[in-house]
Amino acid sequence: MAEAIIQMRDVNKWYGKFHVLRNINLEVAPKERIVVCGPSGSGKSTLIRCLNRLEEHQQGSIIVDGTELTNDVKHVEAIRREVGMVFQHFNLFPHLTVLENLTLGPIWVLKKPKVEAEKEAMSYLERVRIPEQANKFPGQLSGGQQQRVAIARSLCMNPKVMLFDEPTSALDPEMVKEVLDVMVELAVDTGMTMICVTHEMGFARKVADRVIFMDQGEIIEENTPDAFFDNPQNERTKLFLSQILH
Amino acid sequence: MQNTIHSTPNMGLDAKIIIGLRDRFFSSIGNSILTVLSVWLLLMAIPALFDWGFTRASFYANNAQECRAAGGACWAFIGEKYRFILFGTYPFEQQWRPLVAMLLFVAMLILSTWRRLWNISLLALWTVGLATAAILMWGGIFGLTYVENSNWGGLPVTLLLATFAIALSFPIGVVLALGRRSKMPAIKSICVVYIELIRGVPLISLLFMASLMLPLFLPEGLTIDKLLRALIAMVLFAAAYVAETVRGGLQAIPKGQFEGAESLGLSYWQQMRLIILPQALKIVIPPLVGIFISMFKDTSLVVIIGIFDLTLAAKSALADANWQGFGVEAYVFISLIYFTFCFSMSRYSQALERRLSVGQKR
Amino acid sequence: MKAETSQPIVRSAPRPKLWNDPRFRSVLFQVLAIFCVGGAIWYLVSNTLHNLSVRNISTGFDFLRREAGFAIGESTIDYGPQDTYFRAISVGLLNTLRVAVVGIILATIFGTIIGIARLSSNWLVAKLATFYVETMRNVPLLLQLFFWYAIISEAMPGPRNALHPLPGVFISNRGIKLPALEGGALNWVLGGLFLAIVLIVLLANWAKKRQDQTGQIFPLGRYALAIFVLLPLLAWFVSGERLGLEMPVFKSFNFQGGITVTPEFGALLAGLVIYTSAFIAEVVRSGIQSVNQGQWEAAGSLGLRRPLILRLIVLPQALRVIIPPMTSQYLNITKNSSLAVAIGYPDIVSVVNTTLNQTGQAIEGIMMIMAAFLTVSLSISAFMNWYNKRIALVER
Repeated sequence: MAEAIIQMRDVNKWYGKFHVLRNINLEVAPKERIVVCGPSGSGKSTLIRCLNRLEEHQQGSIIVDGTELTNDVKHVEAIRREVGMVFQHFNLFPHLTVLENLTLGPIWVLKKPKVEAEKEAMSYLERVRIPEQANKFPGQLSGGQQQRVAIARSLCMNPKVMLFDEPTSALDPEMVKEVLDVMVELAVDTGMTMICVTHEMGFARKVADRVIFMDQGEIIEENTPDAFFDNPQNERTKLFLSQILH
Repeated sequence: MQNTIHSTPNMGLDAKIIIGLRDRFFSSIGNSILTVLSVWLLLMAIPALFDWGFTRASFYANNAQECRAAGGACWAFIGEKYRFILFGTYPFEQQWRPLVAMLLFVAMLILSTWRRLWNISLLALWTVGLATAAILMWGGIFGLTYVENSNWGGLPVTLLLATFAIALSFPIGVVLALGRRSKMPAIKSICVVYIELIRGVPLISLLFMASLMLPLFLPEGLTIDKLLRALIAMVLFAAAYVAETVRGGLQAIPKGQFEGAESLGLSYWQQMRLIILPQALKIVIPPLVGIFISMFKDTSLVVIIGIFDLTLAAKSALADANWQGFGVEAYVFISLIYFTFCFSMSRYSQALERRLSVGQKR
Repeated sequence: MKAETSQPIVRSAPRPKLWNDPRFRSVLFQVLAIFCVGGAIWYLVSNTLHNLSVRNISTGFDFLRREAGFAIGESTIDYGPQDTYFRAISVGLLNTLRVAVVGIILATIFGTIIGIARLSSNWLVAKLATFYVETMRNVPLLLQLFFWYAIISEAMPGPRNALHPLPGVFISNRGIKLPALEGGALNWVLGGLFLAIVLIVLLANWAKKRQDQTGQIFPLGRYALAIFVLLPLLAWFVSGERLGLEMPVFKSFNFQGGITVTPEFGALLAGLVIYTSAFIAEVVRSGIQSVNQGQWEAAGSLGLRRPLILRLIVLPQALRVIIPPMTSQYLNITKNSSLAVAIGYPDIVSVVNTTLNQTGQAIEGIMMIMAAFLTVSLSISAFMNWYNKRIALVER
């Protein structure tokens, strides 16, 4: 088995007195697709936000692609270049066009020439099926289109790992499918390593290699999708599944 | 291997304090430099101020020389002059009357913050309160001697001007705001011209206009009291700013409210009175308090047309030949008074804003 | 199956009675309003004309050509008591613009620094900034002007014993004296400065083009600084002429030579800048805070560093929120400069005040003041509104 691309060992995090991550141990292999689910407040968003240092863990170690995640600014920058993130509320830059949103990272961080950056950006826009929106502003797009632009924006940095923090939770129901389709294509066509926090169980069944259930800061159960949904072991897992699969 | 230690709940108290201090003051080189600079600044300023204000200050002195001898602040000057600064040339023995009137004002202001009273009873409270204050100040009935308002001065005049200016400008401002949003071009133009004209000129020019030109505007024989002239100028000035603030509130009301009100068959004025204005005014209370604070500070400008407010009283106190050169002490004194009023009002407005926005979150 | 469309039956709606017709009522209402406002104005004007003639006050602007007969404390153009009222008022206007422009620049710089300081992670710095803002905002400006003026005129020593903190700098109750640059090389140095700015702009353009083509980022900051400092020095060297400082020298009762900052100008500038910078600090702070935390996070997860995030993402969005309230603060500085009349700085209000006291023509005087301020205010507003529209975020 290849060396794990993400290693989390005994990771603990507190918000003040509140223990939000308890002794997290997780290893992610390259090209693996992981879905993290759990009730709200279980710490699943915090877990993936720790992976690109949007949150700081207080105990334990996190190693991404061989680099340890510490306060060292150089380490953090190196890791952020390898890890892309898609947010629940898209967080597109409203004062820049779609194309400018996509080329910002490549030009200023990867130091690519503008023409090259734009060509790559257009190819990713075609991949997410909205090349005609390149010169529009985010405020002019629908929610589903904006999220697809956000995915393309992260892809433009050519990351090794993509993190998704509830990417469809803020969308109207009729737009969820178009974003999930793009994510499925990403998993199947490119073999990207993906860690996805989501409630979309259909997506998990279709694409995930592993499903992880978290509750109150701990990893309770992890298994392949079929085993997870058809044969949950833990009582809390069963309770959670009964609540969301109705 | 961590290279910075974070505070975790299972650490000892002393470790948490040290880490807390480090994070707040020394978290980086730049921060450390800033902290050192700030501390140095404070060390230079505070002992010197304390020395001037307390250690070397004279709290009791018989005349100016004695006071100046110590080299620090001369608070004896304030002790000597405070009644003049606060009450102006109001007759000395009757000064309990403006004092009571002032306390009445402050009490009414404090009561107005009590949200249970936010209905018609507030209007009744203010009418009764203002009438009582007027009787106290003017006198002439109930056995109180008559005191002409040219003898009024100091803090009561400041409070009076500010309160009346805002109270009277409020209905005018609301009407102007509604007029500016009107679809009738003539009404809209009149309102726009008025608002932009007033907002484009300084309050001083309006005060000059009121004190110099108002007598010319009126038919011969009819004169207006100087205090009233200043009040008119301030009301006209404040009305334009109130209008713009209320207009902002009206714009924040969703279109659906207007449509709902219309579909009930209400007339225009009924819609405004019962549905739109109550909501709009609630939204703009914080900025309205801000306007009140500004008007309170702007009352100091009536110095320039010779009306005896708190600032002019302080200035006049300085003109006493026996007590020369204590401008700093006098201005610090009245600054504290202004600051107390304005700061409390602005704190109230911030608290109110927080409470109102919580109510609007779903 | 095609549906048969029959001719719709048109029956004209019955015309409402005149009184209930909304169009009629609207017109009537407007006519009434115009009548009332116009009538009121006519009434006031006729009273005024009557009163003016009774008191033998002349009207019209002819007085502007008469000799002013009073001196003005400081002015940017030559002026003497034998000049016309018109020239005197122009001096006043220039003085107002001078203090307003310098005030706007300084207040913006101060205010921005303090606004950012309020958001600092350093607790001490943030608290000091908050203390400054709350104190300066809650004390009337006029009072602050009196205070500064009192400090300069009372607390400072006389010219004989003036404070001497730096060579050539003298602080006394007659103002602040600074050394003035003079000498033949001065024009060369100014030329060098101008050339430096042009060169920096050209360099910036070239750097941007190079980044577009090759992706390499040029460290413009340090090169620009070097050019800005070295080029004027080079110009001085090349000119071969001398550049000296004209030191103020104490003669008889006051200093001669050098640049003078009068107590009036100093107090007015200090008061305006300190007062307004507190408000500007709040505007800047709320502008930066208005930018969603998610924008910082998204830019950070792309790998951008903090200075770049500020420059490319946060400040452009913050500016959109900052500009409208900043405009009103600029207008406030301009209007508040009129308080100069209280401490004796000869701005336009002060000069016109003297004029109308001498000529008795209050109406013309006040109209001139209001016209001047209206013109400046409306131009600033118009420009800011245009700029605001230009940078507005594009939405559906």
